[in-house]
Amino acid sequence: MTESVAVSDAVQVAAAEYNIAPSSTKGQRWRRRYGLAAIGAAIIVIWMLVAVFAPWIAPYKPDLVDVTQRLLPPSSLHWLGTDALGRDVLSRLLYGARVSLFVSIIVVLLGAAFGIFVGGVAAYAGGWVEHGLMRFTDLVLCFPPIILAMAIAAALGIGTVNTMIAMLVVWWPKFARLARGLVLVQRHQEYVEAAHVIGYGPGRVLWKHIMPNALGPLIVLITLDVGHAIIVFAGLSFLGLGVVPPTPEWGAMVSEGRELVEQWWCATFAGLAIFTVVMGFNFLGDGIRDWLDPRARRR
Amino acid sequence: MLRYVSNRLLTAFGLALFATLVVFLITSLVPGDPIIAMLGDLAASKPEIVAEYRAKWGLDLPLWKQYWIFLTRLFHGDLGMSISTQRPVLADIMQYAPATIELGTIAFVLSIVIGIPFGIVAAIKRDSWVDHCARFVSLIGVSSPVFWLAFIALTVFYGWLQIAPGPGRLDPIDFPPPTVTGSFLIDSLVAGDWETFKAALYHLVLPSLVLCAATLGLITRMTRASMLETLGQDYVRVARAKGLKERAVIVGHALPNALIPVITLAGLAYANLLTGTVMTETIFSWPGLGRYTFRSALSLDLPAIMGMTLIFAIVYLIINLLVDLSYALVDPRVLKR
Repeated sequence: MTESVAVSDAVQVAAAEYNIAPSSTKGQRWRRRYGLAAIGAAIIVIWMLVAVFAPWIAPYKPDLVDVTQRLLPPSSLHWLGTDALGRDVLSRLLYGARVSLFVSIIVVLLGAAFGIFVGGVAAYAGGWVEHGLMRFTDLVLCFPPIILAMAIAAALGIGTVNTMIAMLVVWWPKFARLARGLVLVQRHQEYVEAAHVIGYGPGRVLWKHIMPNALGPLIVLITLDVGHAIIVFAGLSFLGLGVVPPTPEWGAMVSEGRELVEQWWCATFAGLAIFTVVMGFNFLGDGIRDWLDPRARRR
Repeated sequence: MLRYVSNRLLTAFGLALFATLVVFLITSLVPGDPIIAMLGDLAASKPEIVAEYRAKWGLDLPLWKQYWIFLTRLFHGDLGMSISTQRPVLADIMQYAPATIELGTIAFVLSIVIGIPFGIVAAIKRDSWVDHCARFVSLIGVSSPVFWLAFIALTVFYGWLQIAPGPGRLDPIDFPPPTVTGSFLIDSLVAGDWETFKAALYHLVLPSLVLCAATLGLITRMTRASMLETLGQDYVRVARAKGLKERAVIVGHALPNALIPVITLAGLAYANLLTGTVMTETIFSWPGLGRYTFRSALSLDLPAIMGMTLIFAIVYLIINLLVDLSYALVDPRVLKR
């Protein structure tokens, strides 16, 4: 069954490449294959540079209140207009990249590390350890993520760190599930048994031998997930459970501007910022997946 | 089959029980003493009043005993009193649930009715304009935060073009239909009130489209990928080789198999739509559970938040259970594992 699929796919890929080959140059093929991923990576790099250099590129201080300049439409003085307190929207947008990127990357990395640890140990140990750990994972998964994060954030009190804790609690289980599945596949491969036979301990086998082989799908999930984390954090901030008010943050900016239909610039640009970053991470994640799994490339 | 069903039921029940424990622990681990918040500083400085209050609210009992009381109350349908509305949380939930169910169900129907055909056509006509269009729509759906989409939709269609009705389930001057189920669509039909039915439907368009955007994107992508994979299988080639018409190959052979993973996704999507209405309802002033949760979160109304968390978790569990069971019906191989 699997063999025939592999063969038919190989035939398809070959046929497809045969069709493309005469008419397309190397550059065109590269663009077809990695174009979107490159765009995604570029968007992410630009936003990261913005986050790092925000104090130097922002035209104003992000929390500079000037009530004589309230709700001005975009102009040459304020490129993206001003908000209800007369703060410059562009400056707040640029500073906002710091919070959003920092929080979401940290949450995803820590969540992935913990999840991979739990899932890896569960799959490798087996027996009641696996059973216990996976039931625990199921328990967290049985709550709708945003609702549980809201409940925890509300219980802990408003603040960036508390929101990160709340997100971490709901973040790790999917990594645990994926890592367990990946390690289970690898566990009975010959090279793992060989490593055992040489006398390597379980920690070393798991970390040095199994993990590198199971890493691909995990990296894809991590990349796609940063985008998701940005949306969830912005959502919590939008609900008033993220950052403490004067902090410039995209979700909070949309929230502050959501009643101002006439002054659309207050909310629109912050949302657009979220959209572009998330799109960047989605492009990059899809690109990495295609690169790691040539079978998916044709889809 | 029976064994599978009872097994799944038991697991779901166990998880629900554990979910109550989690919710209870979150409530009791809250930093800050609820007694001090209730009494105010002056009374809280007198130890005997504090002790009396602790005894009254059962806070001097050991944690496991508190949990037991919490659990027995729960089985009697008592989720506690909401601090901000001063009503039982369960009564609040019963009042707000129909609006959310109506919105979530319409959004679900939309994402299925649009998403699946869209995905199928995109797969059959790969790299055509339909395919690119499907990719573009799902990209927007997956990448944009729903609260922002809601804002844009309201600004453009209500504020600028004025072709869509404003927020809310009906205009302020309209009278809601007499309550039978709580769903305005069904109630107005029961009352035979066409005008209200149209108004309610009209008000549902924007919020349900915004709510279903992300789900629609996911379902389209999933259907497309699954269909492409199925179309490459040998039995599809056999069907073609024996001379079946392309339509028969797709509808009769490829589609049933391609839809199996979509069913699972659709079930989870419904659960997510019902529990994920917080942002949409907040922006569209939709008087449902989502907005209720949002308001409770803003006023730190813990009993209401925890009640909602628990209810949402149980809805989630039930839908997941139904998905698993329907999966077993569609794909008999599941039972053999």
